[in-house]
Formats: sequence, C-alpha cells, structure tokens
Amino acid sequence: MDLILEGLLKALHLIVSLDREVIAITWLSLKVSGTATFISVVIGISLGMVIALTNFPGKKLVISAINTGMGLPPVVVGLFVTVFLWRNGPLGFLNLLFTPSAMIIAQVVIATPIVMGLSIAALQSLPPMLKLQILSLGATRLQMVWTLAREARLPFMAAIMAGFGGVISEIGASIMVGGNIKGYSRVLTTATVMETGRGNFDIAFALSIILLGLVFLVNYIFTLIQQRERPR
Amino acid sequence: MLGGKLHLPFVLVLLFLLAAYVLPAGIAQDNRSIILATTTSTQDSGLLEVLIPAFEKDSGYIVKTIAVGSGQALKMGEKGEADVLLVHSPEAEGQVVAQGFAVNRRLVMHNDFVIVGPSGDPARIRGLKSGKDALKSIARAKTLFFSRSDNSGTHALEKKLWQAAELSVEGQGWYQQTGLGMGQTLNVTAEKKGYTIADRGTYLSLKKMLGLEVLVEGDPSLLNVYHVLEVNAARWPKVNARGAKAFSDYLVSPKGQQIIKSFGVEKFGSALFFPDAGRKEMEMY
Repeated sequence: MDLILEGLLKALHLIVSLDREVIAITWLSLKVSGTATFISVVIGISLGMVIALTNFPGKKLVISAINTGMGLPPVVVGLFVTVFLWRNGPLGFLNLLFTPSAMIIAQVVIATPIVMGLSIAALQSLPPMLKLQILSLGATRLQMVWTLAREARLPFMAAIMAGFGGVISEIGASIMVGGNIKGYSRVLTTATVMETGRGNFDIAFALSIILLGLVFLVNYIFTLIQQRERPR
Repeated sequence: MLGGKLHLPFVLVLLFLLAAYVLPAGIAQDNRSIILATTTSTQDSGLLEVLIPAFEKDSGYIVKTIAVGSGQALKMGEKGEADVLLVHSPEAEGQVVAQGFAVNRRLVMHNDFVIVGPSGDPARIRGLKSGKDALKSIARAKTLFFSRSDNSGTHALEKKLWQAAELSVEGQGWYQQTGLGMGQTLNVTAEKKGYTIADRGTYLSLKKMLGLEVLVEGDPSLLNVYHVLEVNAARWPKVNARGAKAFSDYLVSPKGQQIIKSFGVEKFGSALFFPDAGRKEMEMY
C-alpha cells in the first residue's frame, strides 16, 4: 500500500518538477515509437491495401503469415535485429546497434504486421460489392482505392493505435538493440525494468504511471480524430 | 464532410513531424563513442552514473554502457561487439585473454560477496567463517537457495563454491534458478525467504527494501574482484582501441580510483567498492 502511494507521489513529483531525465526518457519513447508507428503505417496500410484488393495465388497463406506476425514476440525480433546489426554481422557497416535508430527498426518489424493485418481485415470487412459499385459509377482505379480507404478509416485508426500500443509498451527488443544507454537509448519501459532491478520501486512505479498516461494521451488524441465525424 | 477528407492525411503529417525529429537521433558511429560491456552490479549500484559522466567530461568520449552479466559481457568482447569490458569473473576473463580476444587486463577494484538470508536463519549459517561450510549447511537443511544462473560473475563464484563444497545441486528442489540480475534475484530471495549470494554493493543499495541479512562474510573465497579489459583490436578491426584504452586508463588513474573510493560513502555510510589499481593479483587473497 505504501509503495503504491509513494509511487503515485513520486510520479507526481517527477512530472511537476519537470525532471529533466524523465522528460528526456519520455520524449525518446514517444519519438522512437512514433517514428516506428509512422513507418509501419506507411508500409502496413499500403501493402495491406494491395493484398486486400488484389487476388493472387497463395493469398490466404500470405494473410495467415501476416496474422502470425501480429503476435511476433518482441524478444525474438530483438534477437534477430541484434544479430543482423552486430559490428561483424551482415549489416554491421551501418553502425546501428545500440542506437535509437536500431530501436526504430525493431519496432517497425513489430508494428508493421499488426497494422497490415488489421488493415487487411478492415478492407475485407467492407461490403464486397462496394468495389464494383464505385467502379460502375465511373471512378478510376485510384479513386476507387481512395474511396475504400476513406470508408475503412475508422478501423485504420484502430490499426494505427494497435501498432503504436504494441511498440510503446514493448521492452524485449528495445533493451536488446538499444542497450538501455543512459541519456541516449533509455526509454520508459527499459528504465522501468532497470529501476525495478535496482530496488527503486517508487521510481519504477512513477515511470509506469507516466507511460500509462502517455499511452492514454496518444490514444485519446487518436480516438478524438477517429470519432470526430461519427454521425452519418 | 471536409473534415472527413482530412483525417488520414492529417494523422500522417502529424506522424511525419515526429519522424523528422528522430532521424537525426541515429548518429553515425565515429571514434568518439565507446561501447562498454559490463556487469549489472556496476550499474545497479549506481557507480557508473558517477564514473562515466566524469570520464566523458574529461576525455570528450561518449560511453555507451551495456549492462549485462559478466558472462555475456565477455562474450560481447569475444565477438568484437564491445570495445572495453569491466567485469568480475576472473577465471573466464583469463580464458578470454588467453584466447587473444582481449588485452591489457588490469585490476580496478574489489568488494566482496556476502551470503544473505532471512533473519530467522533456518539453516543456521550465521557467523560461519567459510562460504563453503555455509553452503553445506544450506544443502543439509534443504532450505531454499536462489541462484542467478545467468553466467554472471556472481553465478561463476557460486558454482565455484558449490564445487569446493563437493555438492551437486542441479535439479534439487530447494535449489532454484532465477536467471535474473542481482537486484531481481535479491527481491525474489527476500519474497521467498531463501538464501542467496550477492555482491555487497548491490545488497547495500537494496538493503532497505529487502529484509534480508548478511549471514556470512569475510571469507577470502568471497572476494569480488573487478578487472578492466580492452578488446583486442588486432583481432577485431572495428574496435575503438584508442577509446577503450582511454577509458581503462581513466579507471586506474588516481582520479578514477578516487571516485571509486568515495562512491557510496555518503549514501550508505561505507564505500561500496575499494580501489585496487596497481596492486598485484596475488596480494588480494
């Protein structure tokens, strides 16, 4: 009980006093996961649309592979990315291991299947005749894709939120490829684990509360955008 | 309606702005940054948070600290993935040097390991003079013992002690393996009221949370010695040899040693580490 109260007070204190390290850590979390989400949204939605709107042999296999990817364990991604980015590994010349960029790469790998899988589901849940209807009204192919995307924008937003939620809360990959370096690649999740290990439960608790608050805030903004013109 | 059209592009622009902020954050590696692979105890005790900023200020290097177990840190050295290693697993260090993966192994500091357990002390080890005898008592009483089991320096020492006690503990019900760092293993031990071996630094920095007591200490076999090793650049050309040397030199310099000596005195009432630069290995035991 004491711990919870202490943690809450500590969190409040850290936020109110604008603790520079905590702010930097929070900002980095947002930057890394925001960028990773952006990249995975670009890849996920565009590729997802191609997959959902075209027919090709093995389509079901591809979609199951993507759906499997939605549950990709972050540590597995972390391990693979680490091995590739080692100085003496295949991509070692990029000098990316233990940088925020490496964390972005790992998080893109985690978030892309989530965004893609949910986008495909979103498009496939539209009435199947809609595509024909739009085309028969004289739309070009591009206009048809754009109209379908607009129709699916609510679930698309959900896909973006799921992708962001997946990476901002992720720890396994971040700690492996980022290294939890103070002032450089330490984010909220990795800092929480470290402070727990150090027995600083109050700070760990405070960091978790800040993380929760951050996720809530971001999702709130997304939800506002998503729900803005609901009535139809 | 107009709003509807703007949604997705608006979000994308928002995210793009975020992206623009980050890209500069991925810096190209230059020879100003050093990768230090070290044990969790140096980070968890807070020593590095004093030592590294001081070194960075003096030298202009940026140190990227990767805190893992000594076993993993040495492995990173073997693979040329780190530049300099600060570890406490003397035998494994010797092997890494003998195989030519690291050079210039130098003594930095020591503290000691302690055997901690609940104040009730069901295995009756309090005050025993030898770590080996304490483990024998724990095994005889079959009380819970928590092992790091993560190839860390602490784990290496623990295995050595079991060997000295001529006991095989693998698979025993009372011998449990956490696979976690020192801090977390101490937490588990405290929750389950078991015994474990911890470095004094981490124990002291967690003491107030734990309710575990030091029951056995002062045995020479519980000495915890830290060395710094430079990864061999002749073997791994990508290693920042100059930076590694600068950092090692700093650790054993009077300035670095002074920081080590005074660290923790204010907060814990006693030093957590004792500087040893320049001493001979043999004098330690």
